[in-house]
Amino acid sequence: MLDIQKIRNDFPIFYQKVNGKPLVYFDNAATSQKPTQVIEAEANYYKEINANIHRGVHTLSQLATDAYEASRLKIQQHINAKFSHEVLFISGTTHGINLVANGFASFLKLDDEVMVSALEHHSNIVPWQMLCEKTGAKLVVIPMNENGELIQSEYERLLSDKTKIVTVNHISNALGTINPIKWMIEKAHKVGAAVLIDGAQATPHLKPDVQDLDCDFYVFSGHKICGPTGTGILYGKEDWLNKLPPYQGGGEMIATVSFEKTTYAELPHKFEAGTPNIAGGIVLGTAIDYLNEIGFDNIAAYENELLEYGTNRLLEIEGLKIYGTSNQKTSVISFNIDGIHPYDVGTIIDKLGIAVRTGHHCAQPIMDFYKIPGTLRASFAFYNTKEEIDALVQAVKKAKMMLL
Amino acid sequence: MTIEEIQHEIVDEFSMFDDWMQRYEYIIELGKSLPIIDEKFKTEENIIKGCQSKVWVHGEEKDGKIIFTADSDAILTKGIIAVLIRVFSNQKPAAILNATTDFIDEIGLKEHLSPTRANGLVSMIKQIKMYALAFEAKN
Repeated sequence: MLDIQKIRNDFPIFYQKVNGKPLVYFDNAATSQKPTQVIEAEANYYKEINANIHRGVHTLSQLATDAYEASRLKIQQHINAKFSHEVLFISGTTHGINLVANGFASFLKLDDEVMVSALEHHSNIVPWQMLCEKTGAKLVVIPMNENGELIQSEYERLLSDKTKIVTVNHISNALGTINPIKWMIEKAHKVGAAVLIDGAQATPHLKPDVQDLDCDFYVFSGHKICGPTGTGILYGKEDWLNKLPPYQGGGEMIATVSFEKTTYAELPHKFEAGTPNIAGGIVLGTAIDYLNEIGFDNIAAYENELLEYGTNRLLEIEGLKIYGTSNQKTSVISFNIDGIHPYDVGTIIDKLGIAVRTGHHCAQPIMDFYKIPGTLRASFAFYNTKEEIDALVQAVKKAKMMLL
Repeated sequence: MTIEEIQHEIVDEFSMFDDWMQRYEYIIELGKSLPIIDEKFKTEENIIKGCQSKVWVHGEEKDGKIIFTADSDAILTKGIIAVLIRVFSNQKPAAILNATTDFIDEIGLKEHLSPTRANGLVSMIKQIKMYALAFEAKN
């Protein structure tokens, strides 16, 4: 059992009021709040060991480098990567996907296929569209059903030896559906395709095991797992990372430079050009420690309880429809009220101190599928409570009364 | 009435409300009573796509003044459109071009006209000014 009150005390942001009401923060799928441990670690880095890494022989530079590399090792363990050089520090999921998509330009030719799913965030669609435009490869889309699940029989049918990479999210940001990625990875590998998993929405709720999944790439953002903004991780299998060309040129990523020829550094530095977000990378490790201390099993169990409670309570409201009804989903509830625009409801419940996301959640194809302009999305984290869900339900009822 | 006079009148009306809820209820009422734009003007060309809500706006000239009609798929946006139409419609192009929208702050709806809100209202005001500019250039 989690002591939620004790956990909440770690989050200074919850001491404030919004529009005169206690803040109810249900926009966790967009970004998580940060515990004091993380906030202080970031400040302490700048107070105590700030220096550029991998460069100086002086003490501070060594301390900063050690802390940065210690964080990489911690993350390697967390996701169970085989080698620490398979763990690349990046600025976030979008950066990681672009890095891989850009690298694939040198492998793809006309009529090759890149497979995405109907459930993707725009950041896992657009980089691949750009890749296809550049190479003449074709973008193939795995379709979804009414429940917001990918149609696996269609996926199997669409796979062929033309498929070079399959790129799919572990969990959908707009609907919360958990995709059966282990099975999907196995199928893709049978036709020789690589697989990238967008883990941005999964890593707040579970601990991915990249070796067990056998994915070729796994990418996630630090800011969604209690870490700082502008941080993230791209895991890639050693073979793939050796094959991929560097994404950005600059300092840190080279072995030798002359005007005739430059040779690139070994992994992971080949992909880490320039001075990185040093503080962020170190503190991402602190955030992962914080979550592991609470325990991902505890987090998942409690969030499932919130999901079930929230689903039941919201469905009490007449005319409320939930989008994304798979029995495999995380604590995300995307919904609308019959005859009311989500923007209107979102605006009014904000006045009542409740933060949810409204709009298309950067997943317009999903909204087009349901033929709706957008939804309201309440996404719960381990620091949320059932009382807050009650406040959401009250606020939605009030908004409905005002708007209908 | 001049644009300024109408704006004063609106500020006076809103000063009667004690809290945000009354203001919003009034905006919702206005949204419901807004004369809907003629369906034939709800075209791709007239649409302003915000990230959150859509807005359609159309202007036509009549006796040297511009008549605006508009619509939105969200009722709060529509209510604010009703306020903006009351201010800008049936005015001369030059007056529209010179007008400001500072009164929106005074009636407590500033957040709706924030460029980051992506509800289409900021673009709508730009569009209204564009109409005024075009009609003025034509005459």
